[in-house]
Amino acid sequence: MFPRPIEQTRPTTQWLYTLALPIALILWLLPLIGVAVTSVRPASDLAQGNYFGMPSYIAFENYISVFRDSDLGSYMVNSLKVTIPTVIGAVALSCMTGFALGIYKFKSNLLVFFLFVAGNFVPFQILMVPVRDLTLDLGMYNSWTGLAMFHIAFQTGFCTLFMRNFIKALPFELIEAARVEGVSEIRIFWYIVLPLMKPAIAALSVLIFTFIWNDFFWATVLTTTKETQPITAGLSSLNGQWVAAWHLVSAGSILAALPPVLMFFLMQKHFIAGLTLGAVK
Amino acid sequence: MSSYWKRNQLRLAPWLFLAPGAIMFLVYVIIPIFQSLSISFYDWDGLGEAVYIGTDNYVELMDDEAFYTSLKNNLIWLVLYMLAVPAGLMIAIFLNQTVRGIRIYKSLFFFPFVISQVVVGLMFSWFYAPNFGLLYKLIELVTGNGIAILADEDYVTYGIIAAGLWPQIAYVMILYITGLNNIAPDQVEAARLDGAKGWKMLWHVILPQLRPATFIAVVVTVIGALRSFDLVSIMTDGGPYGSSRVLSFYMYEQALSEYGFRMGYGAAIAVVLFAIMMVFISGFIWKMWRDETER
Repeated sequence: MFPRPIEQTRPTTQWLYTLALPIALILWLLPLIGVAVTSVRPASDLAQGNYFGMPSYIAFENYISVFRDSDLGSYMVNSLKVTIPTVIGAVALSCMTGFALGIYKFKSNLLVFFLFVAGNFVPFQILMVPVRDLTLDLGMYNSWTGLAMFHIAFQTGFCTLFMRNFIKALPFELIEAARVEGVSEIRIFWYIVLPLMKPAIAALSVLIFTFIWNDFFWATVLTTTKETQPITAGLSSLNGQWVAAWHLVSAGSILAALPPVLMFFLMQKHFIAGLTLGAVK
Repeated sequence: MSSYWKRNQLRLAPWLFLAPGAIMFLVYVIIPIFQSLSISFYDWDGLGEAVYIGTDNYVELMDDEAFYTSLKNNLIWLVLYMLAVPAGLMIAIFLNQTVRGIRIYKSLFFFPFVISQVVVGLMFSWFYAPNFGLLYKLIELVTGNGIAILADEDYVTYGIIAAGLWPQIAYVMILYITGLNNIAPDQVEAARLDGAKGWKMLWHVILPQLRPATFIAVVVTVIGALRSFDLVSIMTDGGPYGSSRVLSFYMYEQALSEYGFRMGYGAAIAVVLFAIMMVFISGFIWKMWRDETER
């Protein structure tokens, strides 16, 4: 193990380590802690210049007022409307593309694969004008369908990379045996490969959920009104309305961050497995 | 029909499975790249007739002060973002222990990556805020004079990059933690018996084994640096006086904001950004291609 396990070191080192851990964590999360505390600080505290001391009381009213007096709630619903179809669509499409590229040997296999990989890396701006145009032409501009359609297509690149590598690592003998038995390719996909892909599907679902929930660029390009904008774009425009009302900005920020954070804590193992794909050989 | 399928299914099946995903990807990603290339040779407001103007957009870029500011900032982003790689490695080494509760520490250190960049931007805006921001107060305490980082042309880009590094370091850290977990323990023990420790051990024994993790860390960091849009947009909107613009943000400003819809000019900026990115993408793809065909 590297570094040397702390249990094997001198007692003073061990003691220092246990002390350093929480201090490092607090320093690391300082911006987050500051915002979390501000989100329950009553507005009167801020007016009196009490920015860092203990809040004079825990003001949950900030959260209530964010929900009652702003459109934050409907922004969050809009986010779900984009995020959930995208997760389903991108995972479904990439199960198939991953299967095609992971199982079959055909001439242009690697070429197609690397087209997916390369497309996944391009800057969004090179796609912006044509995609906005296409969405307008399809009559999907400023609606969750337009946004979800683009996200499904774009995320298919990353998901294909992930699925293809996952499927390639499965035991190929299973498929050969089924072919000898005369099982059709479609049945092989549905009954043999798909059940084995459950962990990959779970990992991709949490990752894509987080990516799409947190997307800001496409939300500003493809949606314009509060009836359709997801939370990231919504929070940005609310920030403009709440000039210097930091207790509200903070409460809104915490709420916007909550769904992916929950997702991460509930599905931590899958999340990290998805993110670190390729980091080990 | 069915007998035709039976005879040829091995040849047809891959294309059948590929079709839906590949068509979507083609329509929304691959073809738009070429469309943008072509739009960059036109003068177009997004509504009326597009007028072919040859390379005029690019010629105009050559004399555009704001373009050079953005390009310079992109370079600063790229260089400073690379700090995420050693910083992430250091935190990963710091946390690679088995003491009680370490798993929770690892999750909490990873936290910033899960949060939207919009929220990260707001958090750091609060952190930097003049007169009451935490950092402002700290600087005031040390030097006697607070600095309003986001309103200062000299510091603003660095302030935004620091905000971007926060989640990026967390990402790199998790890559290295996974990498460290998979290091062959017998090699480490053998090196230890030979008297290797500290930096020597890290450099000669550990880092070579972490190479796959380092590759991914560099890839995601380069892409993250060149994609920077959210933080600039949220924290400063390109200001003060356009001094914190990056190419991705300047492109958006030209093509879609209140300054007018200059789609052609915007596309030309995007093409430049794409060309820069292409240098890196080709490198990554070349390395992955080599790994694939060697196996």
